[in-house]
Amino acid sequence: MKKIEAIIQPFKLEEVKEALKAIGVDGMTVTEVRGHGRQKGHKEVYRGQEYMVDLLPKMKLEMVIPAARLDEVIKAVVGAARTGKIGDGKIFVYDVVDAIRIRNEDRGEATL
Amino acid sequence: MIRFLIGILALAGTLFAQGDAAKIAALEAAVAAAQSAGDNAWMLTSSALVLLMTGPALALFYSGLVRRKNVLGTMMQSFILMAIVTVLWAVVGYSLAFGEANAFIGDLRYAFLAGVDGAPNATYAATIPHQTFMVFQLMFAIITPGLICGAYAERMKFSGMVLFSALWLLFVYCPMAHMVWGNGGLLNAYLGGKIPSFDFAGGTVVHITSGVSALVTALYLKPRKGYGVEPMMPHSLVLSFIGACLLWVGWFGFNAGSALGSGSLATSAFVATHFGAAAATVGWLIAEKLRSGKASVLGGISGAVAGLVAITPASGFVKPMPALLIGFVAGIFCYYMVAVVKHKLGYDDSLDAFGVHGAGGTLGAIMTGVFATNAVNSALKDASGNPAALGLVDGNGGQIVNQAIGVAIAWLLAAVGTLVILKVCDLTVGLRASDEEERQGLDLSMHGEEGYSHEL
Repeated sequence: MKKIEAIIQPFKLEEVKEALKAIGVDGMTVTEVRGHGRQKGHKEVYRGQEYMVDLLPKMKLEMVIPAARLDEVIKAVVGAARTGKIGDGKIFVYDVVDAIRIRNEDRGEATL
Repeated sequence: MIRFLIGILALAGTLFAQGDAAKIAALEAAVAAAQSAGDNAWMLTSSALVLLMTGPALALFYSGLVRRKNVLGTMMQSFILMAIVTVLWAVVGYSLAFGEANAFIGDLRYAFLAGVDGAPNATYAATIPHQTFMVFQLMFAIITPGLICGAYAERMKFSGMVLFSALWLLFVYCPMAHMVWGNGGLLNAYLGGKIPSFDFAGGTVVHITSGVSALVTALYLKPRKGYGVEPMMPHSLVLSFIGACLLWVGWFGFNAGSALGSGSLATSAFVATHFGAAAATVGWLIAEKLRSGKASVLGGISGAVAGLVAITPASGFVKPMPALLIGFVAGIFCYYMVAVVKHKLGYDDSLDAFGVHGAGGTLGAIMTGVFATNAVNSALKDASGNPAALGLVDGNGGQIVNQAIGVAIAWLLAAVGTLVILKVCDLTVGLRASDEEERQGLDLSMHGEEGYSHEL
């Protein structure tokens, strides 16, 4: 099993979800996060006081998938989330040791 | 209203048969009752509008400008004043402001509101119940210490804030209100003041006292932890926007209500108020656009408030075009005070109570001396009974000096009084929240609540 953690532009969430649904991946956890990589922030001014806002809003998608489907899923996420500009985000892939369905204690890929 | 008119007609009908003198007397009484009914309706409405300026308007305006961990604490600072100032006003505050002892402070004749009832007090307002006048003035006494909250936002202990506000009301607000509006007050142009100064709705009494006290408080308390290092952005300009728009509406009660009646003077003050706010919005936004490149929402609403502040002392004395000018100048001036001067001097007047109310109030008080005219307000008579020349535009340039003296007295009383009261509070209940409480936020540390729940 592999865990995919994709940090994407907030406005790309729907397209990514659609792309994953199209290849039959339904389970995911989405979190609103803030962060930055190479993308520069922006300036905000309140009554003459300037603030550099360098932590920008992003969406973090987490999903665990059978290892055999990894390339296919990455391709779907990249295809849907890419605009070609700085700030499109990143995908991290981890090995998953086990998974347990809380309802009935199923284990392993059967839970996915 | 219809029933009332039928009553008058019936009365006139029955009197037709009687003697002329009795008929005229009865009609005069009916006319006086009609005027009183009209004036009282507007004054009660105005009183409610002025209360609305504190809660929710000021509470929303200020609480949107703080960080989210202080949203409730900041709202509470406005709201608690609606309670404690009311109690103090009933017990002794009204009497200290509007009792009649000397030029500086009232006596105790109205303590516990003795004799303040449905009959008018002809000295102050002959056509409305004395009780209406009292409650209208109360709403001013509530918002004035509320404005100071902007300077100590996000770092004042609740107990310290309550004690400070109570003492400040009695020893700064009440004397200043007496000097400007009380019978025999030093600066009262209409009731025997030695230095006649014009302040229609509280440029000195409300905005200079609160604004200067705000500056002193900000300097005394020192900046918030992390000021200038951590970002301290407004957590919700949405709240501030709603608050500012409600302030604009409430201000019609504040200024047009200060006519103490529902006649044409109230209309004139209403128009001047609106024009001042509009022009100041434009002024602030132009200054901001030129300096920082964008016309911001916060800039727009701050400009409106600055204009409302500056037009307050002038509102019942100036024509619409000078009102536009006063507002426009105030918008630019207050922007400069807030965006440039504050950062140069380094004090943390967190929500700009001084930059808007102190600076705008001072500007407005002086400009009142320039543009006040008896074409708008002819209540003041000269020795031969004609309307007196009011400001420079009427040929009375010396009025600017009187206005400046009024401003100086307000500054002095506010600065010295506030410093002494801060010291007293600091040595007794304490003023500043501990570092831990400040970091945690006032919502949780002072009130045990959170404005926004993470779980829901």
